[in-house]
Amino acid sequence: MIWLAFAAAIWVGAWWLNSRIANSALARQRWAQLFVPVLFGVTILVVWECVVRGLEVPLVILPAPSVIAVKFAAETSILWADFVQTFVKGALSGYVIGCGAAFLFGILVDRSQFLQRGLLPVSNFMAALPIVGTAPILVMWYGFGWQSKAAVVVVMIFFPMLVNTVQGLAEASAMQRDLMRTYGAGYWPTLFKLRLPAAMPFIFNGLKITSTLALIGAIVAEFFGSPIVGMGFRISTSVGQLALDMVWAEITVAAIAGSLFYGAVALIEREVTFWHPSQRRN
Amino acid sequence: MRSVVPILTVLLAIVILWYAAAVPMNIRTALTQAERDGAIVAPATRVERRDANAIGLALRNPSHIPATLDQERARLPTPHRVFSELWNTTVMKKITSKRSLVFHAWITLSATLLGFAIGAVLGIALAVGIVHNRAMDMSVMPWAIASQTIPILAIAPMIIVVLNSVGIQGLLPKAMISAYLSFFPVVVGMVKGLRSPDAMQLDQLRTYNASRTATFFKLRLPASVPYLFTSLKIGAAAALIGAIVGELPTGAVRGLGARLLAGSYYGQTEQIWSALFAAAFVAAGLVGIIGLFQRITMNQMGFNR
Repeated sequence: MIWLAFAAAIWVGAWWLNSRIANSALARQRWAQLFVPVLFGVTILVVWECVVRGLEVPLVILPAPSVIAVKFAAETSILWADFVQTFVKGALSGYVIGCGAAFLFGILVDRSQFLQRGLLPVSNFMAALPIVGTAPILVMWYGFGWQSKAAVVVVMIFFPMLVNTVQGLAEASAMQRDLMRTYGAGYWPTLFKLRLPAAMPFIFNGLKITSTLALIGAIVAEFFGSPIVGMGFRISTSVGQLALDMVWAEITVAAIAGSLFYGAVALIEREVTFWHPSQRRN
Repeated sequence: MRSVVPILTVLLAIVILWYAAAVPMNIRTALTQAERDGAIVAPATRVERRDANAIGLALRNPSHIPATLDQERARLPTPHRVFSELWNTTVMKKITSKRSLVFHAWITLSATLLGFAIGAVLGIALAVGIVHNRAMDMSVMPWAIASQTIPILAIAPMIIVVLNSVGIQGLLPKAMISAYLSFFPVVVGMVKGLRSPDAMQLDQLRTYNASRTATFFKLRLPASVPYLFTSLKIGAAAALIGAIVGELPTGAVRGLGARLLAGSYYGQTEQIWSALFAAAFVAAGLVGIIGLFQRITMNQMGFNR
């Protein structure tokens, strides 16, 4: 009972503080914009911990954050091996191959009006499909190793990336292209000096969307068969053993890896497309 | 209309590529089968063939190429075999039969629709809260955005097993995963939509002395409609993926995900491909229906004028 009362008190107190900050003049300041969501996150964790202790929820339903943290600290070597197998070998190599292939293919497609009109609707359609379903087929073709996971990632991210690349290459306006022509610039100088830089916001949009898809693809593909290492493998076997603290530790790793990956791409975007209105800082 | 010919050309190219790829993919099995039946094949033993290049094998045994295109349990089943499997399991079977793909698709679709409805309603509700409450905006919105970078799908097996252990089975666990996946895209899109009226329009309503409720219903909500439909499309596609993945961990016996899993266990490649196509049709149908509603609603509201 005490735990539950404590949880309620923390919730009300933190919410009161947050709304005070949010509705005051402080809300414009940078530290407040960071402090409020962080306090909200910490509150959720504390309430979670207190409720699990107060109601004595069994481990097989919901482990407390402290239990998950202990497990995380104790099993870092296994978690690291899983991370390398799934993220570095599976997701990252598939991401590089898939995005690179889609980018080059996009430049090729862009040269032909006919191909653009045919491929864009088909690619848009493919991008909305549950491509994760190709995982069992690709696992059958490329074996249980990381290669099949990379293949799933390539198939999943190819079409979103292709659509974004082609849209981006169409972004340079007719006026700008005419200007390049008055300079006597041919296809390649126009591509490198005008159209690719103009396409960068779209290309980075594609890179950001696919960074999330890559990790999902690599994890789900492991549900269909994997060596005895990997995040998807660990999640499915630990769920089978009802070791939910391990599952949550693995999910923490996935969350950290996913947001760092996205953050890294967003950071590169800010350096490359500093001129774009969405990136300007006042 | 002028893009019909290019689209058909691209589709035709895909089919031709598919048949072309089936030859090297299936040539080994075809040659092994032919050898067993007493035919003469170029490298005589299986061991020699194992290290040989698949395209080279096809070129050295041109008489066996037709066999690769019509093979049982092929590594890559050809389009006509996949479509005859699709035809047999949809039109030729009664839809109540457990072998009917329509039956399995309905199991998955019902979980998808329930989850999508829950996720969309909750998402819109949270978006309304975020737009009207600064504290909620500042504390929840960063997490809603950050959660899109997290592979949420990874928790699917856990939700299924945990709910199973407290006695909840069947439709609801799958629907919860679908709801969870469609929730965040709807929140983010809807917040963007409700915020899309510019300061000038909001000022105008202030000069009319409009209340916050009136502003919401007369300006913010109508302005958010295009954003809402776009995010609903993303949410519906995500919900279907959630329902399919939700069927994997328990080794479910019903649903498209179960067909994928069973197909991969027993090497029934045609079953996998037909389940994949069924999933594609369901996804396309869902997105298409939402798109239709979008066009009708936006025409009625005068967006396209």
